Amino acid sequence: MADSVLLIGYGNPGRCDDGLGPALAEAVERLRLPGVTVEADYQLTVEDAAAAAAHRYVVFADASVGGGEAFFFRAVHPAGGTSFSTHSVEPEAVLALARDLFQADTRGYALGIRGYRFHEFGETLSDEARGNLAAALRFIVPVLTERTFDSAAGTAEGIHSPAQVRTHP
Amino acid sequence: MGTAAPSTRKIVIDPVTRVEGHGKVTILLDEARKVKQARLHIVEFRGFERFIQGRPFWEVPVLVQRLCGICPVSHHLAAAKAMDRIVGGESLTPTAEKVRRLMHYGQILQSHALHFFHLVSPDLLFGFDADPGVRNVIGVAARHPDLAVQGVMLRKYGQEVIKATAGRKIHGTGAIPGGVNKNLSVAERDGLLKDIEQILTWSRGALAIAKDYTSQHLKELRDFGSFDSNHVSLVRSDGAMDLYHGNLRAIDAAGRRIFDQVDYQRYLDYIAEEVKPWSYMKFPFIKSLGPEQGWYRVGPLARVNACDFIDTPEAEAARKEFMALTGGKPNNITMAYHWARMIEVLHATEKIRLLLHDPDLQGTDLVVKGRRREEAVGLLEAPRGTLFHHYQVDRNDQVVRCNLIVATTNNNTAMNRAVEGVARDYLSGTEITEGLLNRIEVAIRAYDPCLSCATHAMGQMPLTVEILDCDGRLVDRKERGGPGDGR
Repeated sequence: MADSVLLIGYGNPGRCDDGLGPALAEAVERLRLPGVTVEADYQLTVEDAAAAAAHRYVVFADASVGGGEAFFFRAVHPAGGTSFSTHSVEPEAVLALARDLFQADTRGYALGIRGYRFHEFGETLSDEARGNLAAALRFIVPVLTERTFDSAAGTAEGIHSPAQVRTHP
Repeated sequence: MGTAAPSTRKIVIDPVTRVEGHGKVTILLDEARKVKQARLHIVEFRGFERFIQGRPFWEVPVLVQRLCGICPVSHHLAAAKAMDRIVGGESLTPTAEKVRRLMHYGQILQSHALHFFHLVSPDLLFGFDADPGVRNVIGVAARHPDLAVQGVMLRKYGQEVIKATAGRKIHGTGAIPGGVNKNLSVAERDGLLKDIEQILTWSRGALAIAKDYTSQHLKELRDFGSFDSNHVSLVRSDGAMDLYHGNLRAIDAAGRRIFDQVDYQRYLDYIAEEVKPWSYMKFPFIKSLGPEQGWYRVGPLARVNACDFIDTPEAEAARKEFMALTGGKPNNITMAYHWARMIEVLHATEKIRLLLHDPDLQGTDLVVKGRRREEAVGLLEAPRGTLFHHYQVDRNDQVVRCNLIVATTNNNTAMNRAVEGVARDYLSGTEITEGLLNRIEVAIRAYDPCLSCATHAMGQMPLTVEILDCDGRLVDRKERGGPGDGR
């Protein structure tokens, strides 16, 4: 728990670039980084709060649909949100539930990897998304290894302002 | 449902909604500015047939999980049931059938629990008119943390059952044509048994909340988005509720049988789908009654109404209480879906406990095969209702055609009726008030619609409500829950 990390890559690999999150999770899992637990799922749901609460850091890796190229990395903070009818939750809500239900002070970060094709069924990433995935992987592996999340978030925010980027919903 | 006036402007659904994933309600007014019709636009997956065509049939149970991030296990099992028949292996070994059933009950438990605690409990605990900024799962966590923890842990337990039986949470491979690829190890069984009594206690508690709420608010709920309807569900050959396998039964609003014990391989003889120009989603109906009278409801309410009994003792006692409310006749109260859903949570938990004590789960006879077929239907009761998978496979083992009817499609007309009823009762003038918006949300939620057989793009899903006058002019528009909605 002291400096343990949970990386959750989420998205639907059957929806082309929507699978960027699970693809990143798969790539990181292969590296077997010490103290880093990797999960992949179609979407975030409330029970991810229990998993997040058991770690010091959690990284939410997802496809992004707009904004700058390659990827962004930024800190996320606990917050609520409304949802009309969905079983999924956002990273902020996962952190809020980890805090409120499990008294956890988990620090959260979002890694949004730019995707381009979401509109059709397909199991392959676009060439551009594949390039962004490689760039994101090169960026995140040393961050995961050295636990330099806050400084990395500051750097990445300088490159790609989160205001320009909307995490793929 | 009425017919739109010729002067009404044609509704165009922006294709981008498939990815943005929002629910849209259009309320059409007549010349007197009264509600003439309400339409719920839900974005249904399309293009899946192209995706699946040409793929080898044995890949399909894995591929179809990509359809939906919410109920991949239901698609996995429905496809596997169809492929069982393709390989002539529909008479599964005891181990294979029980492992699949365990997986399915885990799916029912996690999905129902999540829906109830995450989406519905805020409405029940805080009231329909509470500030949406509070009326959400974070609000429940702040004010009822014990309840919120129970919701999270019920969901987590269901996911653990799925992981133990399907192999993993994402891209599970447990069910294969003719059987399963693994049994449940002793270690996996013991890991699940450790918590089952606690899960049972929490399931009873969830049922009590839903039952008490419905009973205490009956006067308010009886007419809320409610209407008489037909009900369709699988039942076992002896009439028992069976969520995994059985034959089709349809009853009318008074409980009279429309058809019964229909082999679902012949569903096309009994069910047809109507296309309407304003919706991508089809409108299924019972053929013998036609589209106007033959539409029906599926899901927990339909299942509890349609079955003769439930074969687990606590859920059966709960069913009897439920049916007593309407004198043994079908319950047509839309908000009673939640009570019925929690009866199924208790049933699923009882079933999981029974199965975990069954040594067949550790058996090693996992797969059977028989006479090869080229066409098959797989059907089960998914959390939201009856799920149809229909495939044709050529001699080269490639899928050449598939047709799916998902639960939310089966409930399409009913959800439109519910929204229309709420609009008639709560629209005053031509302004979309908070109260109207809240109640439209609540009515749609009763069906637990899966609006997301697409990407996982649902976290920011807004609800958009528009009012159009008899000339098709936009009178009012409100949106809630989308990006930028700070609440």
